Amino acid sequence: MKLRSRTRRRAADFLLKAVSTFSAFVGLFFLAWILIVVAHRGISAINWSFFSQLPPPPGGEGGGLGNAMLGTLYMTTLSVVIGVPLGVFAGVYLSEYGRETQFGALVRFTTNVMMGIPSIITGLFIYTLVVVTTGHFSGYAGAFSLALLILPIVARTSEDMLSLVPNSLRESALALGVPRWRVTLGIVFRAAKTGMITGVLLAVARVSGETAPLLFTALNSPYWPTSLGQPTANLTVTIFNYAMSPYSNWQNAAWGASLLITAAVLLTTVCARFFLGERR
Amino acid sequence: MNLRPSLARIWHNGEGEMPEPDNTMETSPVATVEPKISVRNLNFFYGAHQALFDNNLEIAPRQVTAIIGPSGCGKSTHIRAYNRVFQLYREQTATGEIIFDGVNVLSPSTDLIDLRRRIGMIFQKPTPFPMSVYDNVAYGLRFHYRLSKSELDERVEKALDAAALWAEVKDFLRKPGTALSGGQQQRLCLARAIAVEPEVLLMDEPTSAVDPVATSKIEDLIQTLKETYTIVIVTHNMQQAARISDHTAFFYQGRIVEFGKTDRMFTNPAMKQTEDYITGRFS
Repeated sequence: MKLRSRTRRRAADFLLKAVSTFSAFVGLFFLAWILIVVAHRGISAINWSFFSQLPPPPGGEGGGLGNAMLGTLYMTTLSVVIGVPLGVFAGVYLSEYGRETQFGALVRFTTNVMMGIPSIITGLFIYTLVVVTTGHFSGYAGAFSLALLILPIVARTSEDMLSLVPNSLRESALALGVPRWRVTLGIVFRAAKTGMITGVLLAVARVSGETAPLLFTALNSPYWPTSLGQPTANLTVTIFNYAMSPYSNWQNAAWGASLLITAAVLLTTVCARFFLGERR
Repeated sequence: MNLRPSLARIWHNGEGEMPEPDNTMETSPVATVEPKISVRNLNFFYGAHQALFDNNLEIAPRQVTAIIGPSGCGKSTHIRAYNRVFQLYREQTATGEIIFDGVNVLSPSTDLIDLRRRIGMIFQKPTPFPMSVYDNVAYGLRFHYRLSKSELDERVEKALDAAALWAEVKDFLRKPGTALSGGQQQRLCLARAIAVEPEVLLMDEPTSAVDPVATSKIEDLIQTLKETYTIVIVTHNMQQAARISDHTAFFYQGRIVEFGKTDRMFTNPAMKQTEDYITGRFS
């Protein structure tokens, strides 16, 4: 019997290692490039007035995106307030009550589909549902469409995290004579807590960078967001508008806003990692 | 399980051809006292699969009843019917009667909360809740009883003491329950179950996941606890059953093959199959 060539085996081994390492570096390289460019171009736009003032006129001096930051904050917060509880309880249904039912399977399937729907479709949906009905763009519509994006993400991560809680824990709590709802809220939630917080943070990170769902709903505004009943300023649509404009001061502001969002998303993701790490 | 096939077939079909033993089998070894729990014609199903067949058993009050038998014979399934914990799973069903203090546990009108407070359960793997040692024990107490802070402290200490854990954890009551060792965790679960003052304790292989030292501690505890509680223990360890129980039921393929006083079962089993199992001819 002739042994297979050792050189060939080693070559194949080396090749696979080289290709996978190269691919990993390509990914890392572009991420680093994006971060460096955004940081480099954005940092010059960031100063106190960038946070505290209204946008400058095209070609003008000074000004800031305080209104867009506040608008994004308002709408994201409202979308979290709407989307997270709905998502968490949908997750509870899927994990605790609908695990083996046909309806549960249907809900799980539609949630998966919902997660895959392009966010611009969500924006259009809310546009026809809210903007057309009320006759004007509004921050509420923006928050609703963001909430629609949060809902399936939180529902699925909550379901996954709750399903990871071993049944032996549920059984031993039930065996103490504690009713099911208290077992779910007091024991199962506690056991799945870190995973669920991570899911929520990742969902927030995801929607805080969304532009498309706000484009037809919240639109944008050059004013301070005094009420979510009106078109509401926000960072992403501002980036979209300003980056396409021919004015260098607006382009600059767009870079500043990009840096801000990137930093916020990065921070949220790091927080999520931190929570996950704590669990291990 | 290399039981002689002919015998296995007869029993599995269950056509009433069960060979009669020479000495009369005690159908009710606890006949002298009112049983705490009487199981009558209990059948259990996992979906369409039947796991228990016409189980009849009487559990004597304030004594230890051991349930032995090879893996997969339905030991755990049997005791999981007593507190209806199987109802967490929608495909599992039980028929027959389990009479506990004169009331059929399996009847739909049974108040599960009260039933489970009165019939506590310890599981194979220790399952401390994700909270402090103190809160683990206080969890059931807070739900079932209206207690002042000092009363609660007292009850927690009493329960931990009864589980022979107080001395080891009294300085760590705020530490998470999961930080204890495996054997301590199991005694914590025991304390948690005792705290709500049940009448019956079901133990599903409580020592199979803990080390020998912890095992002997728990076995000693069972001897003390039976003065207060009625104990039903599932074990795959025959020596353990022989050491700690007053009555033993031998299960095989979902049927109760033999039930009697432990001394008699282990010295003079009525059924050939029991003898084969306890002498280690199959397991």
